[in-house]
Amino acid sequence: MANIFIYPSNSLILYDLVERFDHAPLAVMQEIKKRVTTAGIDSPPLNITPEDPKIGLKYAAVEVPAGVRGRMSLLDPLIEAAEAAIFVEDAPIGFGCMGCQRTSELVGFLIRAKRIPILELTYPTSDDAAENFVYRISEFLNGLGDSKEAKNE
Amino acid sequence: MSEIEVAQISCGSEYTGIQGEVESAAEQVGAKIIFPDIDLEEVEAAEAKFGLRVTSPDLKLMLARAISVVEGHTTADAVFIGTCFRCAEGALVRNEIRRYIHDKSGLPVISYSYTERTTADTLLTRMEALTTIAKRRSLLAREKQTGITAGIDSGSTTTKAVIMKDNEILGFGWVSSTDVLKSAEEAYSTALKESGIERDAVQATGVTGYGRFILGKAFNADLVQEEITVNSKGAVYLADRQKGAATVIDVGGMDNKAISVQDGIPGIFTMGGICAGASGRFLEMTAKRLGVDITELGKLALSGTASNISMNSYCIVFGIQSLVNSLSKGARHEDVAAAACYSVAEQVFEQQLQEVEVRAPVIMVGGTALIEGLPQAMRELLQAEVIVPPYAQLIGAVGSALLSSGFIEE
Repeated sequence: MANIFIYPSNSLILYDLVERFDHAPLAVMQEIKKRVTTAGIDSPPLNITPEDPKIGLKYAAVEVPAGVRGRMSLLDPLIEAAEAAIFVEDAPIGFGCMGCQRTSELVGFLIRAKRIPILELTYPTSDDAAENFVYRISEFLNGLGDSKEAKNE
Repeated sequence: MSEIEVAQISCGSEYTGIQGEVESAAEQVGAKIIFPDIDLEEVEAAEAKFGLRVTSPDLKLMLARAISVVEGHTTADAVFIGTCFRCAEGALVRNEIRRYIHDKSGLPVISYSYTERTTADTLLTRMEALTTIAKRRSLLAREKQTGITAGIDSGSTTTKAVIMKDNEILGFGWVSSTDVLKSAEEAYSTALKESGIERDAVQATGVTGYGRFILGKAFNADLVQEEITVNSKGAVYLADRQKGAATVIDVGGMDNKAISVQDGIPGIFTMGGICAGASGRFLEMTAKRLGVDITELGKLALSGTASNISMNSYCIVFGIQSLVNSLSKGARHEDVAAAACYSVAEQVFEQQLQEVEVRAPVIMVGGTALIEGLPQAMRELLQAEVIVPPYAQLIGAVGSALLSSGFIEE
């Protein structure tokens, strides 16, 4: 079982597909859950505090908007833990989104720079394309094996 | 009156970690933040409907929420628009939505670009002005001062007080701000003495400025009001432009205000408080370096030519350095004074006036308006009529005295 970074990072469809093929999806919901269930943090709705954009400085300098850096602080543990990734480009908002295109660009670059197995797909717009979309994801996930193999690929 | 509902149209506030600060600022002024409910289909259709294509989904959501407010699917009393500081796409959307809401809904609107350092205190004055415009329209419609009233403006640099009676200024006090209460008392006592009015005869008092909350308690004020509202009223009152459009510019000691006014009521406004290079402090430092009193700097500037001086920075440190370098090369003091005034005006023009609808006449107020080189530089930049009304330096105090007379009848 490998840790699979998914993007859009809150895509329930990608999350479900990764789980179905016995891998561990890395999704932003897990990070938000940690925050909203941590006692003592009171910064609704996501319990991101003004300290978080400073953590995001790890990825982007201070001239990058605080909203991008705050998102990066959420994604940081997921990027760190990623052993493989599935990226879906041009997806409609309902499929999942992080709200900010600049964040998406930066995350895409960082994941590619990690040199882990990556499946990059465009969002399907027909039934045939959707079948092929799921097929390619299954092939990718089945080919990963456990985390050690994924790392060595 | 029931709680004021402020519709928030924003991108990034929850990820910046400052959403709680926005809500806290609203709560402190008796308002509640609401988010327009939007269907996914509306988000996807918003770009085409609004006519602006953007790549970030949260900006598309902003467009959809703005449409919802304008079309009446969301009921709100005022609108707060926010995006991240330094986001170019966000700034474009923020500006266009502000214009759209202002033109199509008539609701009071304010916009802000935030960082993780934005606090409720930073937003408080803006939120207070927003809710005042929404809930106190009848008070803001007041065009004449009646009875005997006092106004005190506790500013960052100076504290001002006026006594007014039957639409006339009888006396005023103007002192440097040190201790908030002591300075206010000194200015107020001077104003009372000059006007020949006994303290007990004052029927209503209004206070404004940074120290307004302390003064409100100490002077048992009828009106405790932020500067955006009182300065707008004071400006159109003193300039005798109570009807129609106007733009009020107040270059203060610590922050600047640019307010687009219609019939004396603020519409779009901005407050800048980040850079000292665009404040009265920069002019004070220039005057000190030139060895002249601040009251003489303006006249000196009028006989100088700003373009003779090379200014490499708007910064209060590096800008002054440019001026010092020019002096060391033999530059005329008049040119240096003119360059300093132009630098402040240009920075206000570039960083603040782009965010409001500049509509003539432009009314410049505050103590800096008396530095003649500054309104002159603004006139050159805007190519518009710039008025400096009488008592421009007392604007906050006069606005407070004017508005507080509305409490006499109550």
